[in-house]
Amino acid sequence: MGERTAIAELAELARKIRCHVVRMAHRARSSHIGSSLSVVDLLAVLYAEILRVNPSEPNWPDRDRFILSKGHAAACVYAVLAEKGFVPFESLDTYYQNGSALAGHITRSGVSGVDASTGSLGHGLGMGCGMALAARRDRRTYRVFVLLSDGECDEGSTWEAALFAPHHQLDNLVAIVDYNKLQSLATTEHTLALEPLADKWRAFGWSVREINGHDLAEIQSALEIIPWQAGRPSCVIAHTVKGKGVRFMENAILWHYRHLDDDELQRALEELKVPG
Amino acid sequence: MKTEFINTLLKLAESDERIHLVVGDVGFGLVEPFAGRFPNRFLNAGVAEQNMTAIAAGLAMCGKVVFTYSIGNFPTLRCLEQIRSDVCYHEADVKIVSVGGGLGYGALGISHHATEDIAVMRALPCMTVVVPGDPIEAGLATRALVDHPGPAYLRLGTRGEPPVHKADVSFRLGEAIRVTEEGVITLIATGTMLHNTAQAAERLAQKGIQARVLSMHTVKPLDVEAVLAAARETDAIFTLEEHSILGGLGSAVAETLAESRLHVWFKRLGIPPNFTSVVGSHEYLKQTYLLSVEGIVKQIASSLCCWGLSNSDAELSCGAAAARVS
Repeated sequence: MGERTAIAELAELARKIRCHVVRMAHRARSSHIGSSLSVVDLLAVLYAEILRVNPSEPNWPDRDRFILSKGHAAACVYAVLAEKGFVPFESLDTYYQNGSALAGHITRSGVSGVDASTGSLGHGLGMGCGMALAARRDRRTYRVFVLLSDGECDEGSTWEAALFAPHHQLDNLVAIVDYNKLQSLATTEHTLALEPLADKWRAFGWSVREINGHDLAEIQSALEIIPWQAGRPSCVIAHTVKGKGVRFMENAILWHYRHLDDDELQRALEELKVPG
Repeated sequence: MKTEFINTLLKLAESDERIHLVVGDVGFGLVEPFAGRFPNRFLNAGVAEQNMTAIAAGLAMCGKVVFTYSIGNFPTLRCLEQIRSDVCYHEADVKIVSVGGGLGYGALGISHHATEDIAVMRALPCMTVVVPGDPIEAGLATRALVDHPGPAYLRLGTRGEPPVHKADVSFRLGEAIRVTEEGVITLIATGTMLHNTAQAAERLAQKGIQARVLSMHTVKPLDVEAVLAAARETDAIFTLEEHSILGGLGSAVAETLAESRLHVWFKRLGIPPNFTSVVGSHEYLKQTYLLSVEGIVKQIASSLCCWGLSNSDAELSCGAAAARVS
């Protein structure tokens, strides 16, 4: 399979995920759609090519672990899990619904393929460190990928874990920061300046790469071979756009909260070129 | 108690490779033998209790039985949300160990007094709460928790607590141990109050008041049957804990009694729910809060007198006892 074909497949997977996400958010009248859309391309590459996971054996002990530390982007993970055969497509209609397993923040209980429940920010990287340490101590080869939000880098617990991983040379751990630069009320720089963010992770001892978090080839090549440096955990600073893929949502804080009305759903789906 | 804890853990770890010990930069003079014997199963997470707890959860989710270890409030309140969301919600096999529970760190001050921890831990779903009453219980509790899957809180004293039980005492999680058999009143003690409670019972017996003493080492799940039996078979129940009177053992027993159809006199003995500026040793503080042997006898005598249950012994007279309590 040539790279070009692979990229086209990845793009199609990402498009499908975006369609699921906007439909789910519309039906659920849920918020956080902008946060979900900003990580779609990262998740598409992770689940299509990078993560060694198996839907027919979701608890395979040697599977790679993926933790969505920014648990509010749950819709995106549920959608990719459906596309990869972990959960039935019909279950996506139950997102946010009474009696459903699909909570607004990612939940392991009752959802095949989810390794950790999150929702409160600043928890994922620490749990990921524990899993990566377990792999090391058990001499297992699985890797641990943790997807964080940029706002989550405000949390002290994130930096406790950031200190820990290089100290213990957890080179089987990858932190991916979804750096869309918008948090709840304002930009990250206005709220609690993170810059120079890459330098901070470097200073803590991580091997750091900055990429365009929507460039599928760039994501692929960044995650293809882990670790980048033996003995160091890897940190991908993924520059992204909140609401990516639906122009009227892009870079707008409003879509951290607002839910789609019927007209907006149609406009979004038209942009996403839903066949038929 | 911490000596029995670590010795038991060392012994168990020899045959159980799942056992990990993760400390928050404490345990000088205590954890070194474990760290030396099992370097691959020991971890000093640094002064970072949130991360210590999250790492423990991550390790447990990969099949380990993880003991986190620190002092006072640090392994509980400092990282409460990690305990709730990372440990409890995942039903992770993490046992949180705190030493110096209650006023054990004495003159170090309020920051080091763990006096609300039982209440907070008890409220968490899936959490078992164990508060051993003497070194023998501490060792047996450690052993029992390794065999008990899921989250647990083990609240220990410090070092050198006098034994109350004999080594062959029968210990099961969730089952109170009877320290004395029959009595007209029941004293339910947990943790570091057990020894003083047993001594107070002896004093009361000398005054003609026989007390049934229960060691309620497991505060959650509470031994409801033992509480109800005490309510049916004795005239009054006192709870004794080195903890705020809000939310701990006393509250757990009160909840049980309130939902029963039984009528029994009841009083919680513990620490008032406010900060004081009193500085002093563990013993001094226990005296201050009337949790010394003498203080317990006085409080019980006063209550029995007020309830009209005491005999005419002058030393138990209502006025005198009440005056000392106030």
